[in-house]
Amino acid sequence: MSSNPNENILTGERFGAAAKKTNNILGDRIFRVVLTACGALILIIVAAMIAVMTQSSWLSIQKFGFGFLTGQTWDPIKGEFGALPFIYGTIVSAVLALLIATPISVGVAIFLVEQAPKSLARPMAFLVELLAAIPSVVYGLWAIFVLAPLLRVYVQPFLQQTLGFLPFFKGTANGIGMMSGGIILAIMITPIITAVVRDVLEAVPVTQREAALALGATRWETTKIVLANANSGIAGAIVLGLGRAIGETMAITMIIGNRPEISASLFDPGYTIASVIANEFTEATGELYLSALIEMGLILFLVTFIVNGLAKLLILSVSRQTAQSQ
Amino acid sequence: MFSSIPKKFPAIVFIIVSLANLACFSGRQGRGDTVKIQGAGSSFVNPLMQKWVSEYGNINPNIRIDYQSIGSGGGVKQTRDRTIQFGATDVAIKDEEMKTADGEIIHIPVILGAVILTYNLPGVEKPLRFSPDVIADIFLGKINRWDDARIRAENPEANLPPADITVVHRSDGSGTSAVFTNYLSKVSPEWKERVGEGTSPSFPVGLGGKGNEGVTGQIKQTPNTIGYVELAYAVKNKLPVAEIKNRAGQYITPTFETVTNAAAESLADTPADLRVSITDAAGANAYPIASYVYVVTYKDLPDGRNGKALVDFLLWGINDGQSFAQPLYYSPLPQEMVKRATAKINSITHNGIALRAETTNVQ
Repeated sequence: MSSNPNENILTGERFGAAAKKTNNILGDRIFRVVLTACGALILIIVAAMIAVMTQSSWLSIQKFGFGFLTGQTWDPIKGEFGALPFIYGTIVSAVLALLIATPISVGVAIFLVEQAPKSLARPMAFLVELLAAIPSVVYGLWAIFVLAPLLRVYVQPFLQQTLGFLPFFKGTANGIGMMSGGIILAIMITPIITAVVRDVLEAVPVTQREAALALGATRWETTKIVLANANSGIAGAIVLGLGRAIGETMAITMIIGNRPEISASLFDPGYTIASVIANEFTEATGELYLSALIEMGLILFLVTFIVNGLAKLLILSVSRQTAQSQ
Repeated sequence: MFSSIPKKFPAIVFIIVSLANLACFSGRQGRGDTVKIQGAGSSFVNPLMQKWVSEYGNINPNIRIDYQSIGSGGGVKQTRDRTIQFGATDVAIKDEEMKTADGEIIHIPVILGAVILTYNLPGVEKPLRFSPDVIADIFLGKINRWDDARIRAENPEANLPPADITVVHRSDGSGTSAVFTNYLSKVSPEWKERVGEGTSPSFPVGLGGKGNEGVTGQIKQTPNTIGYVELAYAVKNKLPVAEIKNRAGQYITPTFETVTNAAAESLADTPADLRVSITDAAGANAYPIASYVYVVTYKDLPDGRNGKALVDFLLWGINDGQSFAQPLYYSPLPQEMVKRATAKINSITHNGIALRAETTNVQ
């Protein structure tokens, strides 16, 4: 795997192409300009969005200032707006979803790549990808009609009986609330994380597995080596899932209870930033109200940015530790 | 070889696009007589509006009306900004907003809607009865048990469970919430003080469901819940509907008739601009949680031909169009309001000249 042959191939190609040199240089230039334009477009779009949202929410930013982030009241009628319950709901539901989805998705992916026979792995992988294609409103309806009753009748009473002393499982169990929201998000992000992790694991060279097995490693030990190699890819998959969980709107608003309140209990209703924008934007009247909703969009931007950054840092440090321990 | 595909591809796309453009453009030129009217707003009135648009289009093929169901708030905003010719709203525009518009906006009642209380109580067969103060206290969280003495007093025969009440309300901004909270603000001083009225009220208790379907879904799936939805939606989905005590002390089931009655009973108090709340209406047979749906437009329209078409369409809607109301579960306007709304539509002008009068002169 030395780099010499690569270089030779590269130089060889360049010499071979010398005949069409002028043409190629022009082509290269166009290619580079097009790619640079594509890259710049992303930056321009992000910058434009931030600029427009800041401008449109200026009224609210001026009126509430930093207090918007810490305010706990959301009362459009009285014109009082605070974002804290929404920020809390967005982060808690997304983290909850990640806690449930990550082990399951990584497990499914390992099973598909390392353990399952080919005849089973193919249709299963197809099914997982199919799950990712289901529209979120369908997930939301399923959550109302299937998940919520299931949680209300079986899961939540059980949790209350066994772990009721914890603050997370107090209050009325009616199947709608933060817990249901987290679970539906988990179900929605599982296919994405699974699909990406599966691709990452498949990209780990077979030679590594063969080498490990040849040295007398068990299946479990071999998998551990594969995982260590796929670390950064898995981290990317999780961050991708987190992004979807934070931005999800339709499904979660149908099941989370839409109540801007901060409560430790997972049985209680909550609210997310994306949901409140989707819910209230169409009927928002009055400059300040509209401006406050747009500021929520700006905050969602910020929350996504910070949470993604933190997640990447956390995963990076964890993967470094595991790499060192090996 | 490779490069030939991308070279030809854009060319083909360009030709197709320009051909399509040409087709559209010439098509538009060909139908030069067509008048296009754009409206938007209330999603509640959307099924009826679409019916009107298609029926009216059959009678007058040269008038094309587009109605976008974007919500009352959006409809009012776009009408004010003059991006559309008319808006439809479940709530009359407030005074402050009327003042800041760059011209006089008029309200034309086109149909009636009502909000009903529905619930999920296994074992309760007959419709429950509620008086206004009990409804307010349930939604304020002060009455939180189904076996509360005040609920039992009104429903002595009902088999009320010894369970907590779970309130379900709309989470999305909606005219339904506005009408419901307008009613509660009238019947309960405490509600008016603590919550007030509006499209997105901050409810003291309960779960929020998105849309009529979200509220209904949560109520159907969860025992011991209570919530409010549009009458049309409740009838279509055969939900249990509560009887509500009106100002005359009668328990009233919401029907097309009792809703129209509420409007008829309020006619004496209806001001000249027709902006009126008909919740908590007087009259023995009036259902107390009802409201008009308004079409809003500028009184003086900038485009004469377009304005004339809009005037004709609206006149047709509040007269002939009323017959489409009941099959779509809306309550028709009372006769007297049809007269007043007709007069209101006749007052629409173009450059100060009445559009309706203009035609009568020509004829």
